[in-house]
Amino acid sequence: MDRRSFLGAGASLLAMPAIIPAARAQSAAVKVAFVATLSGPAAALGVQLRDGWAAGVKHLGGKLGGLPVETLVIDDELKPETALTRVRAALDRDKVDFVVGVVFSNMLQAIFRPVTENETFLVTANAGPSTYAGRGCSPYFFTTAYQNDQPHATMGQVAQDFGYKRVFVLVPNYQAGKDAAAGFRSRFKGEVVDEVYVPLNQLDFANEVAKIAALKPDAVFTFMPGGLGVALVRQYRQAGLADIPFLSTFTVDEATLPAQREAALGFYTAATWAPDFANAQSQRFVQDFMADYNYVPGNYAAQAYDAASMIDSAVKAVGGKLSDKAGLRAAMEKADFTSLRGNFRVGRNHYPVQDFYLCKVVQRPDGKFATSTVRKVLSDDVDPYAGECRMRAT
Amino acid sequence: MTASLLMLQLLNGLQLGILLFLVAAGLTLVFGVMDFINLAHGAQYMLGAYLAASIGGALGSFWLGLLAALPLSLAFGLALEWLVFRHLYARDHLAQVLATFGVILVIDEGVRQLWGSAPLNVPQPEGFSGGITLMAGLTYPSFRLAIIVAGLAVAALMWLVVERSRLGMLIRAGASNAPMVRALGVDTGRLFLGVIGVGAMLAGFAGAMAGPVFAVVPGMGDQVLILAFVVIVIGGIGSIRGAFIAALAVGLVESLGRAMMPELMRLFLDAAPARQAGAAVASMLVYAVMAAVLAWRPAGLFPAARA
Repeated sequence: MDRRSFLGAGASLLAMPAIIPAARAQSAAVKVAFVATLSGPAAALGVQLRDGWAAGVKHLGGKLGGLPVETLVIDDELKPETALTRVRAALDRDKVDFVVGVVFSNMLQAIFRPVTENETFLVTANAGPSTYAGRGCSPYFFTTAYQNDQPHATMGQVAQDFGYKRVFVLVPNYQAGKDAAAGFRSRFKGEVVDEVYVPLNQLDFANEVAKIAALKPDAVFTFMPGGLGVALVRQYRQAGLADIPFLSTFTVDEATLPAQREAALGFYTAATWAPDFANAQSQRFVQDFMADYNYVPGNYAAQAYDAASMIDSAVKAVGGKLSDKAGLRAAMEKADFTSLRGNFRVGRNHYPVQDFYLCKVVQRPDGKFATSTVRKVLSDDVDPYAGECRMRAT
Repeated sequence: MTASLLMLQLLNGLQLGILLFLVAAGLTLVFGVMDFINLAHGAQYMLGAYLAASIGGALGSFWLGLLAALPLSLAFGLALEWLVFRHLYARDHLAQVLATFGVILVIDEGVRQLWGSAPLNVPQPEGFSGGITLMAGLTYPSFRLAIIVAGLAVAALMWLVVERSRLGMLIRAGASNAPMVRALGVDTGRLFLGVIGVGAMLAGFAGAMAGPVFAVVPGMGDQVLILAFVVIVIGGIGSIRGAFIAALAVGLVESLGRAMMPELMRLFLDAAPARQAGAAVASMLVYAVMAAVLAWRPAGLFPAARA
């Protein structure tokens, strides 16, 4: 029995009212389909993404480039067929001008062709697979996040910089886990003492923790998103291994820290942004976001906020003439907006060229837990696939 | 692999097995006594974890949370029986599976509405913050030992009740031939209600104890439920003894398999493919064991005697 699809079918009934036009239709409005995973175990990420977008639109006075915004929030339920059906409806029936959001790469893969072949702009705020960074690049596709390999490679560079000789690698046994291990190894030149793959539904990390203690590596690199990361971090701390540096990607972030709390203190992660960034735009964002939603925004929210800024700058550049696709594209390539990350430009494959930071978990003065910038690791980093992209004219 | 590491892995397997037993015990009784498939059992495990975590968090004590979660889990189990389950006893298994699956969806979504979809913070059990050192550089958390002790105590208690008391006799008789028990004048409706309630409470207890160690997230019961079904199928449906032995076996196979399979595979393969193949084989191992047991004894290891 396919439990997942059963679960999803039920959840879809409950999620139907989620497709609500946020503003009344007006003569000239920017219509945006905002796609995010808002049900299922990974919904916390989708919620961050959605709230980040809403915060961005709010800062822009509810308008993008001077035009009122109509946001259709679409829950993809982490099911490709649901994402496809709902995005198709948004394209055909609602005639949206932009499709924004998308947490997971496999959701992006489901909707990529229908959206770009419809000559509608697709701006992802999180998913950044290699598929569309190289030969598969498209003039209608942009991302305000990063290419998926980059954060893992950043951690590899960190391990290299710290001078670690022996690193233990622990990842889930699926494509993203294998990519994470490969990304880490692309910049780490020392010895990987063991590479352990765990099933995605793993409950208990006691075995792996024991293995780490037995091998006594200089550091551990791991990629354990969501509930996996909560269990691992807690058990790593309980086993008294916290003296071994914990290098991670997407394992300790603002979506999981409310559950990990003290257990994650001092653990490292790689990111393009952290809530303690000093620039004025970022500080205003964090302050207003926390006032509205009462939790600390993570990378997901910041990237969605930047997506709103990017579209705003593009619509402004064409004077609200949304049919001017070439103009919109050229304006988005210019990235003429203030990113929360400061240094941000759009590369030739429409993936960002930006800095990557080493961050670690701290407790904020208000008692909440968040990531905090330690130092910049990679500057103006271009993803490894950009060279293969031959961007077509619009 | 050193002796201390092996011992540690055995201990981990034992602890996983104990946790599985707590979930499987209720499931096997309900299935055996009432011939009723309750897929919502995993959701009751999840609910126990959420109740203990949130009440414990509000009161600032894990133990108070655990204490409060037990009667609430019991009450929730009884409410489910009254609202949903009792209308399904006379129906076939497909109807039961569909309806209790619906219950999972409702509880999962309810939990998400109430507590949000992010993993929940769990207060750490006070008095059990430390641990014992079984191997240089590794602390074995004393709370994990507490899980093992508590599980063994529950198992002993259940054995006493089921094998040595009048109530247990009725339960066993119900598992063998429910219509006959009814014909002898026993109120099987109340018996069933009690079994469902205790089963729900045990699942809630397991969830509450798992909270500080594992992650408390929506859908956490689904992973456990699948393994619990493997346990009751291997152990023989309706048998507490079978569930206990099978739970320990599944825990050990799961734990040792994961620890040793990649090393074993390295005998035949290069390091990189061996790791991935080993991990894949290890996650299939319990199902292979189940298939082997079923081929050898189709009714499981200790099936309840059927009239």
